[in-house]
Amino acid sequence: MTQGAPASLQPEPVIALRGLRNQFGTHVVHENLDLDVRRGEILGVVGGSGTGKSVLLRSIVGLQRPAAGTITVLGTDVLSASDEERKALEARWGVMFQDGALFSSLTVRENVEVPLRAVPGLDPAVRVALADLKVAMAGLLPLAGDKYPSELSGGMRKRAGLARALALDPEIVFLDEPTAGLDPIGASAFDALILNLSRSMGLTVFLVTHDLDTLHAVCDRVAVLAEKKVLVTGTMREMLDVDHPWVREYFHGPRARAALGAASNGQD
Amino acid sequence: MFGATALHAALALVPLDRDVQVDLLAAERIDTAGAWALSLLRRRLEQAGRGMTVTGAGETTLAFLRTVDAAIPDGDQPARPRRRLVDGLEHLGRGAAGGVGFLLDLTGYLGLFLARLARSVLHPRGFRLTSLVHHCQEVGLKAVPIVAVMAFLIGVVLAFQGAAQLRQFGAEIFVVDLIAISILRELGILLTAIIVAGRTASAYTAAIGSMKMREELDAMRTLGLDPADVLFVPRILALLLMLPILGLVANVAGLLGGALMAWLELGISPAMFQTRLVEGTGMGHVLVGMIKAPVFALIIGVVGCHAGMQVERDTESLGRMTSNAVVTAIFAVILTDAVFSIFFAQVGL
Repeated sequence: MTQGAPASLQPEPVIALRGLRNQFGTHVVHENLDLDVRRGEILGVVGGSGTGKSVLLRSIVGLQRPAAGTITVLGTDVLSASDEERKALEARWGVMFQDGALFSSLTVRENVEVPLRAVPGLDPAVRVALADLKVAMAGLLPLAGDKYPSELSGGMRKRAGLARALALDPEIVFLDEPTAGLDPIGASAFDALILNLSRSMGLTVFLVTHDLDTLHAVCDRVAVLAEKKVLVTGTMREMLDVDHPWVREYFHGPRARAALGAASNGQD
Repeated sequence: MFGATALHAALALVPLDRDVQVDLLAAERIDTAGAWALSLLRRRLEQAGRGMTVTGAGETTLAFLRTVDAAIPDGDQPARPRRRLVDGLEHLGRGAAGGVGFLLDLTGYLGLFLARLARSVLHPRGFRLTSLVHHCQEVGLKAVPIVAVMAFLIGVVLAFQGAAQLRQFGAEIFVVDLIAISILRELGILLTAIIVAGRTASAYTAAIGSMKMREELDAMRTLGLDPADVLFVPRILALLLMLPILGLVANVAGLLGGALMAWLELGISPAMFQTRLVEGTGMGHVLVGMIKAPVFALIIGVVGCHAGMQVERDTESLGRMTSNAVVTAIFAVILTDAVFSIFFAQVGL
């Protein structure tokens, strides 16, 4: 766990996107998109509907092949990596999909065990204990481990999805709309969970969200997707000074002001 | 994590009669499995009245150890209950009761359909004609090719097999009676019903089930629409209208296939086939076959719609209920056919 590197000594970015271009038929979603994610930070990606936030996440983890550009994650070129390199890389990141994307025929514990099964020489009893541990670290009660995804609420499914994403102690986690569909109490509890886990496990977090409270509460930096590229990146405070119609609307709208007020009250 | 099992085993050998100091200075990074093994060791030592100190670890590592330690479930996991004979009996009983409940449920759906149909007849304004025509096309018209080809091939097979046997007795001409009776009485409508059960019962279950999953049925109810009116009546009625027609198509195609094979294999000309068919086979056989069609249609439709309504919020139940619907519908169709056979034999038709 390397943290607290001096700001002047900029470390190699863990995720580097250069000249990315995604298109579906003639519809271009990303054009000449550049983005760096630094080690240990929580980066929030925001953008209007249809600006390709999820497409961006999917192309980084290799679910969507871009038309052009390079994607480097932890020093590996994702697009030209061999099967072994990809496998090694996949063990170093975890992905949490919007609704958890749990395997519906497995219990929560078995879901978390799935990535652990790939670890050679791991004793089954230890595997079960580690899976239970991850379930607990994601903030679920021990009883939840025996339940099937269909028996869980939306918030619990997200937590179980996070537990599965964290099963192999990844260096990077990708979270797709982690607080969408949660009530405010559940959403702030999830924010706290993300913040706590990322700090204590030294995680780099790539977080796609619409939730202004999440941006205030957990994100070190924010990247704004607009006009088919990453328009601007910076801290929340820097976002307030950006002079672009959509960014102004987003960070100065009534909801943004309420979230900002809540965040500064929380800090006092 | 790769050495988690080994580390856990090694730490299990640590003697518990003195305090332990763990030096993490040489550890570059500690993962969850390592932290978990250390936490378990600390617990064992504390139970033995000893302590464990960690040195050489940075603040982040210590925080991580605390996070993991806090997450370890307290105490022993509750033991899983063992299965006993009584549980097996209970399981059997529940299965039997479930079967009876299922039959009652199906009867209820049949009654619901008939009641809604009667209401539609009395108040035809609310009837969904467009939906009915759409389902007639899906269930009937689009099934014609597969049903016709299937029946044609069955006719071919019957003629071929019958010819081989009957030729031994010099009774080739009776192959016409063989084909006509078996196709018109039994095979035409039975095999059509089986194909339709596979095609349509599954389609009904999947359509209604996915609508239920996406809360479309709840939306209908809040808008004052009755799912039985909107979904069941047009679907089951379409089957009721189309299955007899498909059965007729199958009869014709089967006879054609049989006639063709009889001509090629036995030299029975189409004209002779026709004469023998009209002379030797009474209309009774056709009626016995066709009278079963509406019953099969009701079974398939009710089973399909009922299974669709049993789908829950998870995708797995959709797949399970779809295959259940097909199996149940086909089984019920064959069972009913057997009951019909016994009945007709008893009344002498």
